[in-house]
Amino acid sequence: MAKITYITHDNQKHEVEVQNGLTVMEGAVQNDIPGIDADCGGGMACATCHVYVKEDWFNKIPKKEDGEEDMLDMAFEPKTNSRLSCQIVVSDEIDGLEVNIPSKQA
Amino acid sequence: MIKTDALIIGAGPTGLFTAHQLKLIGLNCEVVDNLDKIGGQCIELYPDKPIYDIPAVPECTGEELTNNLVNQLKPFDIKFHLNERVEEVKKENDNWLVKTNNGKSFSTPNVIIAGGVGSFEPRKFSPKECEKFENKSLFYSVKDKKIFTGKTVSIFGGGDSALDWAVELSKECSVNLIHRRDEFRGAQATIDKVHQLVKDGKINLFTQYQMVSVKGDKNLESIDIKHDNNDIKNLKTDYVLGFFGLIMQLGPIANWGLNIDKKTIEVDTEKFETNQKGIYAVGDICNYPGKLKLILSGFHEGALAARACFKLARPNEKYRFEFTTSSKTIKERLGVKGD
Repeated sequence: MAKITYITHDNQKHEVEVQNGLTVMEGAVQNDIPGIDADCGGGMACATCHVYVKEDWFNKIPKKEDGEEDMLDMAFEPKTNSRLSCQIVVSDEIDGLEVNIPSKQA
Repeated sequence: MIKTDALIIGAGPTGLFTAHQLKLIGLNCEVVDNLDKIGGQCIELYPDKPIYDIPAVPECTGEELTNNLVNQLKPFDIKFHLNERVEEVKKENDNWLVKTNNGKSFSTPNVIIAGGVGSFEPRKFSPKECEKFENKSLFYSVKDKKIFTGKTVSIFGGGDSALDWAVELSKECSVNLIHRRDEFRGAQATIDKVHQLVKDGKINLFTQYQMVSVKGDKNLESIDIKHDNNDIKNLKTDYVLGFFGLIMQLGPIANWGLNIDKKTIEVDTEKFETNQKGIYAVGDICNYPGKLKLILSGFHEGALAARACFKLARPNEKYRFEFTTSSKTIKERLGVKGD
C-alpha cells in the first residue's frame, strides 16, 4: 500500500491509498480522480494519463523506459518532470508520492 | 442516399471483423471511418508494435493484423468510406438516417459503432490565441506545400511528420524546427539528414523549446518560444506547423442520445445494443460489467451484434446458426467449393 496524493489543476488534493502492483494511473481511475483519461488503458499508446511528478520524487521513482519519452512528446504541455502515470508502479517505496494533474489531457 | 442492412462506424479490427460476420450471415454493410486508411488504432498508434494476444496468432504487428483482416474480407464486396466522419444519426421512420461531414448519407435499420475511443484529431498547440490563425497560417497537416515557397516556416514536433516536412521544406523555404527535447523519435536516416541540414545552415534547430505565444494582428508575424530554463526567444515566421500526433475525441457520438459514461457507450451483453434500438456499440467504445478492452473481445461483441442486426434487416426471415465448416450457403458466400 502507498498513499498517493493527486493534485488537480484547481489545486484540489485527493489522497488515496493504492495497492502495490497497480499503477498510479489505475489508482486515479479506480478512485474517480478527475483529469486522468487513460484512453489506451495503460498501454503507453496515448498520452492521456500525463502527470507532473514533484521534483524530489521525480528522481526517486524508477526511470522512464524506452518509448515513454516519445509518447510524452504528444502530451499536453509536457515539462521536464512529466511522466505517464500508467508507467509508475505502486510499491511501498513510493508511499507519500505527490503528482500534479495537468489542466487537460488533450 | 445509400441503403444498407448495417452501417459500421470505424474501420479498426473490431469494425472489420464485424463486417465479416455480417457478410457471412448474408447481410450487406458499408463502413465509414474518419481516418484516411483502414486499421484504426492498430495502424494509427502502433503499426509496428507486436501484439501477442490474438487467439491462434502468437505474434503480429498492428499492420499485419489489419492486413489479415482485410484479406479475410476479400471474398466480399464491402464499400469503405474513408475520410468521412459521421456527424448525425437520427431516426427516420423505421430506419436510421446517418450523415457524414462530407455530405454522404445512409439509410439503415442498423448502426454499429466500432469507434474505438472516438475519432482521431490532431493534437493542437495549447496557447489559446493559436486558434485565430488556424488553417490560415497555422496548420496541423500540409495540404499544399507550394504556399510555403520562399517563406519562413516554423515546424514543431519531434516525430517523422515534423522531421520529414523540415527536410522537404528546407529546399524552398527558411525552416525553424522546434522540439521540446534533444532527442527525436523519427527514422534514424531522417534524423541524420536533419542534423546535416542544421550543420549546413538550412534548418534552424531549437531544442528544449516549446511554443508560448503567437503574435500578429491580421497575419501571423512572429512566435515566442520558451526554453526549459525559461529563456524566451522571438522568431519571425510566416507559417507555423504543429505535428504532435493525434488524440482521440468522442466527437459527435456524444450527441446521438446514447447512454455515455466516461467516453464509453453502455450496451447489453446479448446484442451489444445501446439504449437506442438498432444502434449497437462494439470494441473499445462499449461498456458493460466486466468489459475488457481487448481486440478479441471486440471480435466477440461484433459477432453477436451482427446476429442482432439480422432481425431488423430481415424481419420476415429467421436467422439460422451455421458453421463455416459445413454450411453450403456460407461457402457460396465465401466463393469456396463445398465438399
